[in-house]
Amino acid sequence: MELTVQDLSVTRGGVPVLEGVSFDVAAGEVLILRGPNGIGKTTLLRTVAGLQPPLSGHVGLEREAMAYAAHADGIKATLSVRENLAFWAAVFGTGDIASALTSFDLAALADRAAGGLSAGQKRRLGLARMVVTGRPVWVLDEPTVSLDTQAVALFAQAVRAHLAGGGLALMATHIDLGLDEARVLDVGPFKAKAPDLDDFDGAFL
Amino acid sequence: MIALLTRDLRLAVRAGGGFGLGLAFFLIVVTLVPFSVGPENMLLTKIAPGILWLGALLACLLSLDRIFALDWEDGSLDLLATSPLPMEALVSIKALAHWLTTGLPLVVATPVFALLLSLPEAGYFPLVLSLLLGTPALSVIGTFGAALTVGLKRGGLLLSLLVLPLYVPTLIFGAEMARRGAQGLDMTTAMMMLAGISFGVIALLPFASASVLRVNLR
Repeated sequence: MELTVQDLSVTRGGVPVLEGVSFDVAAGEVLILRGPNGIGKTTLLRTVAGLQPPLSGHVGLEREAMAYAAHADGIKATLSVRENLAFWAAVFGTGDIASALTSFDLAALADRAAGGLSAGQKRRLGLARMVVTGRPVWVLDEPTVSLDTQAVALFAQAVRAHLAGGGLALMATHIDLGLDEARVLDVGPFKAKAPDLDDFDGAFL
Repeated sequence: MIALLTRDLRLAVRAGGGFGLGLAFFLIVVTLVPFSVGPENMLLTKIAPGILWLGALLACLLSLDRIFALDWEDGSLDLLATSPLPMEALVSIKALAHWLTTGLPLVVATPVFALLLSLPEAGYFPLVLSLLLGTPALSVIGTFGAALTVGLKRGGLLLSLLVLPLYVPTLIFGAEMARRGAQGLDMTTAMMMLAGISFGVIALLPFASASVLRVNLR
């Protein structure tokens, strides 16, 4: 299992934001994307996860191998924590949610309505979803937003367990996760040149 | 797929799910019509099938923008798009869930509401049958409209404008079938057309809905 991205160019709203991005992540590795706000980290992650097609270039793995976590956690407020997680487990065809609950310290909250959770607890639930997907590639967009130091440590532990199981992870984050083995890729140098707005299409961008 | 259906049904019946919205709207339309057109039984009897169909259609329209909007807002739509569920299955399940929470209750409640409009006795069976055949088409077409407008803030207006013309054939043949049934005339042609429209859109529109949803998620 290896995620190879070759010469990828991605667009947001029709405007190219990053071009010529290449990297590879082998099984057991984690790659952290860095770069200023608005550089296109989210767009890059969405493209890698298969939510939008690249302008050019190639993502070496099927989207069926990826589990994607965005800024929004996809949590239904009126369902309990257990129901939320069990739903995703059923969608991804995996049954076991108990280990995901314990690895993010959610077992005590399992029967609480998700709408009553704090922001950090919601985030932990959103990340626990990654565990139940059972997919080898984790694509994470700012996974540690609103997590406290203790929860960040839990998350780092979950990522390590995932890597130890032969998985790999690609994430955009600004804080130090304490993952010493992580490689860092600064996407700043891949910033796309300003588009040529003189042509007809450019008038609409 | 079953998991998605049960989740959607569960969300619909819990607080704020909007399960009773269509039904309540239907009830309001049907109870207010006799007040507005006057208490003439003859007139009511005559317009009852049309009013009931119109009420059902508008009640259906009311809840369309909820089909994808809630999942879009909390991010689950993105996550569902990356899940093993094919997009076509996703939109079909969404349409089915919408029908089960909106269309089916309307069909079940219609005989009671028809009483308020003094529908002739012969008209009950054709009316219920026509709604049973027609409301799935309303849900599937509505899902297509919802997929087109997902991600637009206050997309409800655009959604209604897009979907209304597509609803016209279903309304024409549905109301025609119910009217002919109430008058004791032969309703085979209208029934065939209505069933044809329903099965046609159920078979074809999910593919269109899935592709517009993919484009809208970019």
